[in-house]
Amino acid sequence: MADTKLNDELLNNVDEGVLGEITKLDKIKEGAYNIRKNGQGIERKVTENVNIVTKTDKPGINIYVKENTKFELVHIPVIITESGLKDVVYNDFYIGKNANVFIVAGCGIHNDHHKDSQHDGIHRFFLEEGAKVKYVEKHYGEGEGRGKRILNPVTEVYLKKGSSLEMDSVQIKGVDSTIRETKGVLEEGANFVVTEKIMTHGEQFAKTIFDVELNGDDSSTHLTSRSVAADNSKQYFISKVYGNAKCFSHSECDAIIQDNAVVTATPEVTANNVDANLIHEAAIGKIAGEQITKLMTLGLSEEEAEQEIINGFLR
Amino acid sequence: MLELKDVCFTRDNKKILNNINLKIGTDKFVAITGPNGSGKSTLVKMIMGIEKPDSGEIIFDGKDITNLEINERAKLGISFAFQQPVKFKGITVYDLLKIASKRYITKKEACDVLSQVGLCAKEYVDREVNGSLSGGELKRIEIATVVLRNSKLTIFDEPEAGIDLWSFNNLIEVFENMRELVKGTTLIISHQERILNIADEVILMKRGKIEEIGSSKEILEKTIKPTVKCCKVKKEGGK
Repeated sequence: MADTKLNDELLNNVDEGVLGEITKLDKIKEGAYNIRKNGQGIERKVTENVNIVTKTDKPGINIYVKENTKFELVHIPVIITESGLKDVVYNDFYIGKNANVFIVAGCGIHNDHHKDSQHDGIHRFFLEEGAKVKYVEKHYGEGEGRGKRILNPVTEVYLKKGSSLEMDSVQIKGVDSTIRETKGVLEEGANFVVTEKIMTHGEQFAKTIFDVELNGDDSSTHLTSRSVAADNSKQYFISKVYGNAKCFSHSECDAIIQDNAVVTATPEVTANNVDANLIHEAAIGKIAGEQITKLMTLGLSEEEAEQEIINGFLR
Repeated sequence: MLELKDVCFTRDNKKILNNINLKIGTDKFVAITGPNGSGKSTLVKMIMGIEKPDSGEIIFDGKDITNLEINERAKLGISFAFQQPVKFKGITVYDLLKIASKRYITKKEACDVLSQVGLCAKEYVDREVNGSLSGGELKRIEIATVVLRNSKLTIFDEPEAGIDLWSFNNLIEVFENMRELVKGTTLIISHQERILNIADEVILMKRGKIEEIGSSKEILEKTIKPTVKCCKVKKEGGK
């Protein structure tokens, strides 16, 4: 299993195409990884500091990062090419004291047929004191079939004293339906940053739920959702933040709507402590006319201007 | 190189532009001044195509551009610096300058143009063009986007608006160097004497009409000076 080359016999062109959309292929080999395809682990590499163990009670893996690990890459991509498959996986990450890792997860679905394909990834992160994690999650769907591509990721983050997790989540293309839940529980001095970018079109549906408890003094969180909803798509944004100590929270939902799309934002901030400082901002609207005008004065057509604005907004 | 023939524009029963006839020559630095509401901004927006006239013609380089879209005019060689620079979430200064330049530019080229407009380039080139920038910074970036285009005609819609006097005093030097920075013709709306003084011609607008065209000295004598005198008399009278 400790091979440094991705196995060509196990990964065909479609797999590599989908995989390439969620991560850089050459980067995978640099650290530990576990590739799951159509409900089964097909390739894995562990390193001196990162161990990956298959769960025995349910589908999924446990990832153990040793304390004081300086910097390591961990990739856990999932590929689904089988139409009609419903894959549920439980991955738990145990990050040792003062360890620093970069984790890339994500799911690419290629569905050329007429049955729905679904992947529900339940990821839990347990960070010990002083640990630092950068977590990147990408979701991508493709294929000609009428079968829906459904992704429902759940992310739970438990942050001990002084630890921090920064999560970037991107879902730009081809996912028909998604409900994404992100939960954080923070102890003293912990920091949780989430940046989410979503684009929906056609009849797609996306729902985002943030739920963060700030339990320790000087804990803080920044939750940002930037989204574009086009055609007849629908997006629903829910954010719940509980300030239970002297803490800081900033949550923000910023959405561009086009055509007949619908975006709903429901912020909920609860201060249970007089020193909790909780801010929420939500802005939903079409692309500002003046932005298009400005780019047209620089020579872009109206369509090109809209594309530039959206590309920038979702970057 | 630019000619407006009988241009009229009415909104809410108010004649914003009333039969404007104007010719502007090649490689001139022309300032437009006049009281608020006299139609200055509407006039320059007509030239860029941001507003369309109800009647009349706009001729640019011998071509009738009256019905052309904004981007088509931009491609013919007209640039426009907005009075209120537009903000973009996620688009960096470098991105905007790349779009403006019509070709791929290196970061060094982008930095050079930012330095020309008085910004410490390295600090700004990768920043987003959003609300985190001050009014003066946004103004300079806006000016950089038009300077980079090297257009035949560059329009500035009241560059001093919305920034404090201190920032403007620094910015004014940029305009004093503008003749070297910007090739071709410059058309600038301003109330600042220092800007009017560097203009070849000053156009004075009042109530939707061109009241007078002349040198800055002529225009200033006719407009500002009598007002000053008048104030003095009043003051003395009060003694």
